[in-house]
Amino acid sequence: MSTAVEACGLGKRYRQRWALSDCSLTVPTGHVIGLVGPNGAGKTTLLQLAVGLLAPSSGTIQVFGRPPATDAETLGRVGFVAQDTPNYSSLSVADHLRLGARLNPRWDGDAARHRIERLGLDPAQHAGKLSGGQRAQLALTMALAKRPDLLILDEPVASLDPLARREFLQVLMEDVAAHDLGVMLSSHLVADIERVCDYLIVLVDSRVQLSGDVDELLASHHRLIGPRDPEAQPPACQEVIDASHTERQTTLIVRSDGPVVDPAWTIEPTSLEDLVLAYMARGSGSHGSARASQAGAAT
Amino acid sequence: MTWLAWRQFRTQAVAALVLLGAVAITLAVTRPGLVSSFQNVLYCKGVLACASARRGFFARDSLLRHLANALAVAVPALIGVFWGAPLIARELETGSFRLAWTQSVTRSRWMLVKLGVVGTASMLAAGLFSLAVTWWSSMYDQLQDSPFQQYDSRDIVLIGYAAFAFTLGVALGAILRRTLPAMAATFLVFFAVHITFSTWLRQRLLSPLHATSPFQWTSMGYQLGPPNPADWALGTEVVTPTGHALGQLGQGGSLFEGFQIHAGTLIFQGVGACRVKVPAESLRTGNISQAVQQACVASFHLRQVTTYQPASRYWTFQWIEMGLFIVLALLLAAASTWWVRRRLP
Repeated sequence: MSTAVEACGLGKRYRQRWALSDCSLTVPTGHVIGLVGPNGAGKTTLLQLAVGLLAPSSGTIQVFGRPPATDAETLGRVGFVAQDTPNYSSLSVADHLRLGARLNPRWDGDAARHRIERLGLDPAQHAGKLSGGQRAQLALTMALAKRPDLLILDEPVASLDPLARREFLQVLMEDVAAHDLGVMLSSHLVADIERVCDYLIVLVDSRVQLSGDVDELLASHHRLIGPRDPEAQPPACQEVIDASHTERQTTLIVRSDGPVVDPAWTIEPTSLEDLVLAYMARGSGSHGSARASQAGAAT
Repeated sequence: MTWLAWRQFRTQAVAALVLLGAVAITLAVTRPGLVSSFQNVLYCKGVLACASARRGFFARDSLLRHLANALAVAVPALIGVFWGAPLIARELETGSFRLAWTQSVTRSRWMLVKLGVVGTASMLAAGLFSLAVTWWSSMYDQLQDSPFQQYDSRDIVLIGYAAFAFTLGVALGAILRRTLPAMAATFLVFFAVHITFSTWLRQRLLSPLHATSPFQWTSMGYQLGPPNPADWALGTEVVTPTGHALGQLGQGGSLFEGFQIHAGTLIFQGVGACRVKVPAESLRTGNISQAVQQACVASFHLRQVTTYQPASRYWTFQWIEMGLFIVLALLLAAASTWWVRRRLP
């Protein structure tokens, strides 16, 4: 599997504050990758570093084996929709498509026009008069028509209502299927990630807590429920990711590569949401040290 | 990229074209009247008739003339404020740079094309405006003593000013990242540089010439000025025959405070005792006649040395100054390209 984005000891500092520090990760090509994490984990910073809008303060980041945004070709291989889905408010929708055509050699004008038509956007309308959802759709249309190999979306559905969010993701998935497009999107809505992503990265405090294929992650994590007993030990050879207790019972999220058999515990599969929350809780609970070690995924 | 640069600039370009057109039409409509009035000055007969013809000519469209001169100084500043400052600052303010910089165009190219398109338009606009004003004012300028009087609102220096003001606005916009503060800063810095140049630096661009003539003291005071009234006088110094400098002659003429009688001799203050015979009557009453004063001053054989830039250097100055401002503009363009590539966002 080849690498789309590779970061090594990556850090970004704004004056005294580190928005991202010592972040290392590998993003494979050909996946729809969900980047989740609490607010302030450094998701936006990481994505902007990946498209070259920001320059690293430390470490390195490479996209398709090159530093991002250094030449027109690398720029052309990466599409980006920023969180606020920026556009030129005085230019019309049609002007935006013209802009895309002039600035991108791989531009797919027919697809862009077709999509605008299907979305019901008036090509003569100024982008400043579009609703938040329409702006997001226009931005996505431009990013897709650029025909990138990797599309990076920063909280793409944050400004959309549930219906528009579903449509947006649907449009995205159609293109992923049709054009062998890799996608990396950040969100803090696990439900969205669950619907579209087949690869997950959990980022907490600049650290990658978990990274791997969604199916494999679900297969290797289990939820164990048993009576609350301070003496009880979790089954051997398990890594306990998260433990929560009520008065009478204890629930564990454990990681195990093999099947878990222990009569003391009721074993259930975990949902993706539980998994993400477990790793986020773990990551924010203790920084550095052994527990925050990257839960290496089976990639 | 050129398309985008032009598309973003289109509205401003049209506005400028309308303004330029309005100015050109106003000047073209009023010029025939000036021409006929100027004919009266050229072909007048008699001192009184000529004086009246001149007065008539100078009174004609005087408001428009002052306006045109002021506008010629203001046009480069306006270009810097309204075209230069928002060029990058607006993109940073609205976030649209995130769209622009993630297309398949590098930031350097994006910068160079934007700078090229709007920069060329700036120089073109200033050049055309200068051409219109210079053409319309040509008859006034012929009647002016020196071409240096209207130096910075005529001819090619305006092109250099416009290039400089534009890139200054771009650079300040990129550094300050806010349109309004960048506009204000561009205005202030441009005029600071402009005033420094016109009051201090310009006259030092070429080493001035010196003209020496006998110091004349008449009932009107002393004679000032370079050999040719069209020259640009920078100052006049009075020196003794031994080469000792007595000081600069100013507009107020405060170097020589006049005459004083001290211990029975007449003293030319600041220089020394007169070496001419003074009537005893005058010494007693203190009533010194003009003839005696002139004879006294003449006895010192003083010389006045006028420092000046000859009128023939007018175009040399225009070219040098335009060149300097264009070099400054290129430096600013390179610096802001570097800044956008390395220091933003």
